[in-house]
Amino acid sequence: MLAKRIIPCLDIRNGRTVKGTNFVNLRDAGDPVELGRLYSEQGADELVFLDITASFEGRKTFTELVERIAANISIPFTVGGGIHELSDVERLLSAGADKVSVNSAAIKNPDLINQIALNFGSQVCVAAIDAKQMPEGWRCFLNGGRVPTDRMLFEWAHEAEDRGAGEILFTSMDHDGVKQGFANEALRKLSDELTIPVIASGGAGAKEHFRDTFIEGHADAALAASVFHFGEIPIPELKQYLCGLKIPIRL
Amino acid sequence: MNVAIVKYNAGNIRSVIGALTRLGVTPILTDNDEELRRADKVIFPGVGEASTTMEYLKAHGLDRIIKDLKQPVLGICLGQQLMCSQSEEGNAECLGIFDVPVLKFQPTRHEDKVPHMGWNTIETTGDGLFKGFSKPEFVYFVHSFYVPVCEWTAAKTEYIVPFSASLHKDNFYATQFHPEKSGPTGERILKNFLDI
Repeated sequence: MLAKRIIPCLDIRNGRTVKGTNFVNLRDAGDPVELGRLYSEQGADELVFLDITASFEGRKTFTELVERIAANISIPFTVGGGIHELSDVERLLSAGADKVSVNSAAIKNPDLINQIALNFGSQVCVAAIDAKQMPEGWRCFLNGGRVPTDRMLFEWAHEAEDRGAGEILFTSMDHDGVKQGFANEALRKLSDELTIPVIASGGAGAKEHFRDTFIEGHADAALAASVFHFGEIPIPELKQYLCGLKIPIRL
Repeated sequence: MNVAIVKYNAGNIRSVIGALTRLGVTPILTDNDEELRRADKVIFPGVGEASTTMEYLKAHGLDRIIKDLKQPVLGICLGQQLMCSQSEEGNAECLGIFDVPVLKFQPTRHEDKVPHMGWNTIETTGDGLFKGFSKPEFVYFVHSFYVPVCEWTAAKTEYIVPFSASLHKDNFYATQFHPEKSGPTGERILKNFLDI
């Protein structure tokens, strides 16, 4: 039975882990390799490392970090942040990343998804979408949620799939950092309409929220950050809980 | 121990090297005939497309070399598929070590997404790569093509259909999943291979 995945997300700045609440107010939560290894030992199914460094030197530091992660961690990991063109993807994959997530760059240049799929295969291409519920529907935002776009969530997700994305990572900006659960209604629609896996992101605050996103949101995987980083939900306890509810989980 | 990884136009080499290094082995990456023949163990990894990879292997004489190897050989993911007779991916003629074709998953229900990606359980023979395995274990898969269950199946998984998660014949071993990405279970499998 294919297991539902639990994915801790680590935001990285200058080689260190940070996590914002509602995308601001960063707090330090340790060395990414150590933290990644700890999560792997605790039973995390995958890891996501997001580079939020802006500088050129920061990119180099991040690439070196990706090499260290690949050398030390024995579960799949995705890297994202600062991927603008195919050469960024090539650099990160050859450093040892299994997948890359593209967000703003793909909205600005959708052909990037085609290029990644064509050159490296759909399985490496995660289309990350940040969206917010507006009166007209779910609208996509850029740059960590600061800039609205003319794209809507569902049509963009379909287009990303058609262009060759292998997974959709959907973050509800309304739910992110609020810890009241995932955006299950939108997730369910995404998951039921698309033929690629959907990763739920934004809103985890309790174990029940993971249950709800798998059962009601039909998510294939659930991503969270601070509840893991600050020990609010220990991964072994979460997986035992979900397993007890007969949700397919790797123990 | 002298472990060689077949060097060709495939991705994911760094993870395999990392996993072996964690087991105390420093592998060499080579496409040299002599170095491959001399190695104690050979690993044939792979992420890529079957027909273009086969063309590359043939152009570099690696198809013959791999087939003729006498020491334990481990094919991973595309490596397993290329060890079979032919693949529906690009209608590739493959190495033919295992006389079984590679087929494309045909989903019948909406929830059967392709590629088959993530952690799934394997039922094993408890032998060879799976020595010491007594219950189903989770390993990590990413693939759109599969090898049907056949006489060389060493581990079986169900996804859309039952398929070969692992094959074994003589000195040739193969896994459809990625042991180098499968946490402690994957490490046990790689260690078993090194101990053969």
